[in-house]
Amino acid sequence: MSHNSMPLTTSERLSGRLLAAVAVATAIFLVAPILAIVPLAFSDGEFLVYPIRGYSLKWMEAFFSSEKWAMAVKNSFFIGSLSAALATVLGTMAAIGLSRTDFLGKNVLTGFVLSPLVVPIVIYAVGLYFFFAPLGLTQSYTGIVLAHAALGAPFVVVTVSASLSGFDHNLMRAAASLGASPLLAFRRVMLPLVLPGVVTGALFAFAASFDEVVTVLFLAAPEQRTIPREMFSGLRESLSPIIAAASAVMIVIAVLLLAAVELLKRRAQRMRATA
Amino acid sequence: MKAPKNLPTRQSDFATAPTLVTFEKISKTYDGHTHVVKNLDLEIRRGEFLTLLGPSGSGKTTCLMMLAGFEVPTSGEIWHGEVPLSRKPPHERGIGMVFQNYALFPHMSIAENIAFPLEVRGLGRAAIAEKVKRALDMVRLPQIADRRPNQLSGGQQQRVALARALVFEPELVLMDEPLGALDKQLREHMQYEIRSLHMSLGLTVVYVTHDQTEALTMSDRIAVFAGGRIRQLADPRALYEEPADGLVATFVGESNRFDGTIVSRDGDTAVIATRGGTRLEAFAVDIGATGPAAVIVRPENVRIGAAVDGLRDVITGRVVDVVYHGDHLQVHIAAEGLDVVAKQPTRDAEAPTVGSEIRFGFLSRHARAYDPARTDH
Ligand SMILES: Nc1ncnc2c1ncn2[C@@H]1O[C@H](COP(=O)(O)OP(=O)(O)OP(=O)(O)O)[C@@H](O)[C@H]1O
Ligand SMILES: [Mg+2]
Repeated sequence: MSHNSMPLTTSERLSGRLLAAVAVATAIFLVAPILAIVPLAFSDGEFLVYPIRGYSLKWMEAFFSSEKWAMAVKNSFFIGSLSAALATVLGTMAAIGLSRTDFLGKNVLTGFVLSPLVVPIVIYAVGLYFFFAPLGLTQSYTGIVLAHAALGAPFVVVTVSASLSGFDHNLMRAAASLGASPLLAFRRVMLPLVLPGVVTGALFAFAASFDEVVTVLFLAAPEQRTIPREMFSGLRESLSPIIAAASAVMIVIAVLLLAAVELLKRRAQRMRATA
Repeated sequence: MKAPKNLPTRQSDFATAPTLVTFEKISKTYDGHTHVVKNLDLEIRRGEFLTLLGPSGSGKTTCLMMLAGFEVPTSGEIWHGEVPLSRKPPHERGIGMVFQNYALFPHMSIAENIAFPLEVRGLGRAAIAEKVKRALDMVRLPQIADRRPNQLSGGQQQRVALARALVFEPELVLMDEPLGALDKQLREHMQYEIRSLHMSLGLTVVYVTHDQTEALTMSDRIAVFAGGRIRQLADPRALYEEPADGLVATFVGESNRFDGTIVSRDGDTAVIATRGGTRLEAFAVDIGATGPAAVIVRPENVRIGAAVDGLRDVITGRVVDVVYHGDHLQVHIAAEGLDVVAKQPTRDAEAPTVGSEIRFGFLSRHARAYDPARTDH
């Protein structure tokens, strides 16, 4: 704030406190449901309910020793990595194409590329089901990876476009004049400079796949179930605290992803400062 | 390095040089209807320093970009020797390029920047190291190999950009206002360096600027652009002393302009009645037998005081201001409703008093008459 050393009036001080109070309340509103599930992971009861009578690590142990959950973790990482990789390649190419020039229909195309962000996911999933069924892509890893890649690509487009907005396209001309083919110029000049945006986008794409359940509900066979999908059926069938354990694990992974994004943002800022 | 003095005079040196690049009927439009380059023919000679000079938006950069391959001509063909360039992508043209904003790769060290074109060409490590070192010596920056571009001053960055553009030994180098971002002193210094690199390496340079002093001092030939056409292509001296049309006359160097109508014309000589009511005898450059005319006189050719004796046409005006420029005086004279400027070497000028009446005139060969329609841009 730029109040510096100016003395505040009473009303300014009051409104400042009000603002702080609202901010704290909003933060609690956002975070409390997430945190509410964590203590249950360490409950020694048999059901997913408060109050907690005693604490133990048995549900954590159960989570990590269960074959079903191990499968789900493996599936989540497998599908998440593949779809993030695909989304990153496609999203980066789309962002470059969209940043290059003005052409007819550019806005329409941009909206089209970003549409998975706004289309209701259940509609997307139903559509995918009917689209994939005749192609034999339902009940397959390929189908889920493709579905998640499309959901993750818009994040990559957004983050890479942001990096590209500060990119001097003269550098690509300079590289070409020095003898670099377009592909080489991309690899040696553009990619290193927009890399923070690319990696951030990849992390977001991974996160988008990691917590996605609706398309998995429609497309996955039992052996392709991911963590959220397992939690979903767990909630319907047993309501055991093992779901809380799975949640705790997912929260830890999400926090790690966020931390990585934050680190990258700092790095990008440093790079921009020196560019 | 060859000393500049040992070179033969510029004109005779390049007049007979073989052609390196030919623009053949080149037209360019970005939007489909306005042509920013119009049916342009241009021959660039091997080893020359050719400057494209002209007002903003006249198509200089566009021409350079078409030669570099970053823009495609709408029609016509550019030839590099016997090779048509239209199907050749920029990275296969082997043309060096220096940009106004330097365009150094910010994530690479200076040495890596300069090594880039050599790596791309698959040279070995030892050869690259050797050439990078020589290139840095050439631009007199031997100590900065490990720094990043953002740790250098503007002048240093531009010298690195120059080293990078020259290290792969292109025969042709394009520069688009390379000194535009530098302050005056540094710019003059770099002009000299670029000029001496051009001579010592035998480069062909195509240089874009809208600084006419820079164009006059650096070039073997200058092409004056206006509205997508070349208005005159000549060596600096011919361009300054014998501009082919009114635009060139007013764009290159300073000038006084008297508008009027042609009274009579006899071969190279025309009599013009100025709007102020004076009849001037002028050298007919670009006018017909009748109609309007713009008479253009360089300030250094305007004579004042005793020097007007014996001149055919003498005009009387009033001294408005006398500005001291060290080596010369600029005398501003109000006459015929115009501000006429006369430049007098300080050593032989008796400074006229401000407010006094003054007589001035010029030789009729120094008064050049042009078509006013081709004078304004
Ligand atoms: N990429 C482009 N798209 C559309 N119009 C363009 C483009 N580049 C240049 N122009 C237009 O073409 C004309 C010539 O531009 P050009 O850059 O060649 O001029 P210039 O002589 O280099 O001018 P300056 O001295 O200002 O650099 C201008 O009217 C400009 O607006
Ligand atoms: Mg330009």
